[in-house]
Amino acid sequence: MKIDLSVQHVTKTYADFTAVDDVSFQVETGRFFSILGPSGCGKTTLLRMIAGLSEPDSGKIEIRARDMAGIPPNRRPVNLIFQNLALFPMMDVAENIAFGLHRRGEGKAVIHKKVSAILERVDLAGFETKKIEQLSGGQKQRVAIARCLVLEPAVLLLDEPLGALDLKLREQMKVELKKLQAKVGTTFVYITHDQSEALVMSDHVAVMNQGVFQQMDTPQNLYNHPRTPFVARFVGDNNAWAGRVNSSDGKTVSIETNDGFTFQVLSDQSFQPGEPVDLFLRPEAMLIQPDEAIADLNRFEVVVKSLLFDGANSRLLVNPLKTGTELLIALPQNRQYDYVRRDDKIEVGWAKTSGLCFPKIET
Amino acid sequence: MNTSARAKNRNFRWGLLFFLAPVCLWLFLLIVLPHIDLLIMSFRAENDMGDMVWSLSNYRNFFEEPVYWLTYVRTAIYSVLVTFLTFCITLPLAFYITKVVCPRYQGFLTILLLMPFWVSELVRVYGWMILLRESGVVNHFLLKIGLLNQPIEMLYRDTTMVLGLVYTSMLFMVVPLISVLESLDDSLIEAAHDLGANTWSILFKIIIPHATPGIVSGSIVVFMLTLGNYLTPNLMGGKNSLWFTEQIYNQFIASFNWNQGSAFGFLLLIISSLIVWLGLTLSRQKLGKVVQ
Ligand SMILES: Nc1ncnc2c1ncn2[C@@H]1O[C@H](COP(=O)(O)OP(=O)(O)O)[C@@H](O)[C@H]1O
Ligand SMILES: [Mg+2]
Repeated sequence: MKIDLSVQHVTKTYADFTAVDDVSFQVETGRFFSILGPSGCGKTTLLRMIAGLSEPDSGKIEIRARDMAGIPPNRRPVNLIFQNLALFPMMDVAENIAFGLHRRGEGKAVIHKKVSAILERVDLAGFETKKIEQLSGGQKQRVAIARCLVLEPAVLLLDEPLGALDLKLREQMKVELKKLQAKVGTTFVYITHDQSEALVMSDHVAVMNQGVFQQMDTPQNLYNHPRTPFVARFVGDNNAWAGRVNSSDGKTVSIETNDGFTFQVLSDQSFQPGEPVDLFLRPEAMLIQPDEAIADLNRFEVVVKSLLFDGANSRLLVNPLKTGTELLIALPQNRQYDYVRRDDKIEVGWAKTSGLCFPKIET
Repeated sequence: MNTSARAKNRNFRWGLLFFLAPVCLWLFLLIVLPHIDLLIMSFRAENDMGDMVWSLSNYRNFFEEPVYWLTYVRTAIYSVLVTFLTFCITLPLAFYITKVVCPRYQGFLTILLLMPFWVSELVRVYGWMILLRESGVVNHFLLKIGLLNQPIEMLYRDTTMVLGLVYTSMLFMVVPLISVLESLDDSLIEAAHDLGANTWSILFKIIIPHATPGIVSGSIVVFMLTLGNYLTPNLMGGKNSLWFTEQIYNQFIASFNWNQGSAFGFLLLIISSLIVWLGLTLSRQKLGKVVQ
């Protein structure tokens, strides 16, 4: 497979603050690659270095096997869609899209043809003479994408392009963007702080925190096998439960939580007895009133504190019996659990395979 | 209800009148009235008997005497040139202050730029004269380092006068430019750069189109002030570099020919309106929008 973008040990420091710290990754041709991280973790800084708007302090960026050091942004085969889109308000839609083509000195007829073709592609046929301020949020979005795609870049960089849209439109654009990428086949590097955007659209996701890549994997693996506590917390919802290791044999870990419950977790890591750990349990990993016949479940009793109804994403907020720990448990809306009320005492169980355990980090 | 709405409407109209009245009065007394008087005066002249009669002779004099209309054309052309030069010098300056410099020093630099304008124009022009005259600082310095054998007169030339006029006008261009460039989103420049634009296309496709209202309003002010400037051309241009305002002054004060002076004043008003109108049309701007 051909590599379109290769970033090697890139570091960027502002004054005494390291915004991007020794980041390396590669993106294959035609892939949708996402960088997911909380606000301020250095995503924009990294993207701007790829686009050439700032230079890395150290490290190397290659696009299609060409070293990009010292090449200004107007001569790099990448285009960036800005967080605020940065459409030119002094030009209409067609002029915005034709801007890059004009700079390349292409002929009038060619430009005209390319502009209409790309507008068609992003479902904005006939919008040529519209002013930018006449467009809705979603349409601006698509003009910004068209303005870059018309230049047929090797890599398209997208900086939280859906951030400014409302929820409904964002959900819709997520699917559209994914379809568009599949259709045009351009390599996308997409950054976002919204885990659902990253998981839905990407072939590969890198999770970033404080300038460092924590894990790079497929969305499924990130969700099911997070490798660091940060990823476990950040990707999807998770309950963290502090405890200590009783014993560990390299396969199964026995954990006693700080409030006195004992659980078994499968883990190929080994721990020292007495080592403080965090136990991570996904809400949907916990079963309400599991069948007595299921063996090998960690079972414990909880008191229901409240029912958080949110359609398919409904949860129960519970306290394990006689403790103040709060846990979220998925509440499937299949009418099976309609009997659950506030202050009820119910049993909860989870399989050894669905818990995760990491050494405790001080935060 | 209908009557009360009408009453309110009437109240509003009275209120408006109350606030507008002083403005209208001021405009009328200080601008319209004297101009009507000047207009009338410009069309009157003494006939052979020494009586005042209606006549076009003041205007005819202007066209028949080359020194008048040559000075007139010269003044207009130089004013346009000064406006253009001021723009060329202040645009990079304003860009540097708003976009390049670290925001902490922005205010400081702007104040530094405005500093010279705290002293009066007269003092500033004398400052230039001290620098540039035959026994001035620049000549002294050039003689010392051996670049010149004998001092040269740098004052009383067109170049010197243009320099002085540009210097005097800079403030009026740089302030609107700074304010208009401040409203330019940096990411537009970066986006243009990212889409393949070099420095020149960014300047002509992004920065100047965005800054047009500021450029036009700054240019109008600079142009009008330059055209009507008396002090700087008189002191720095001397006798060699005539300015049309000096002709007007001469008619009013030296020749005591108020009728001729009024005609000149009106001709100056006509050319300034004409050029401003031309500038607005060429840049496709509306006066009302630019002045805001
Ligand atoms: N020009 C700059 N000077 C100093 N610090 C900066 C600059 N740009 C960004 N930062 C800092 O670098 C960190 C990462 O910023 P950014 O890359 O924009 O984060 P993200 O896009 O992930 O939200 C932030 O803490 C921010 O304050
Ligand atoms: Mg950002």
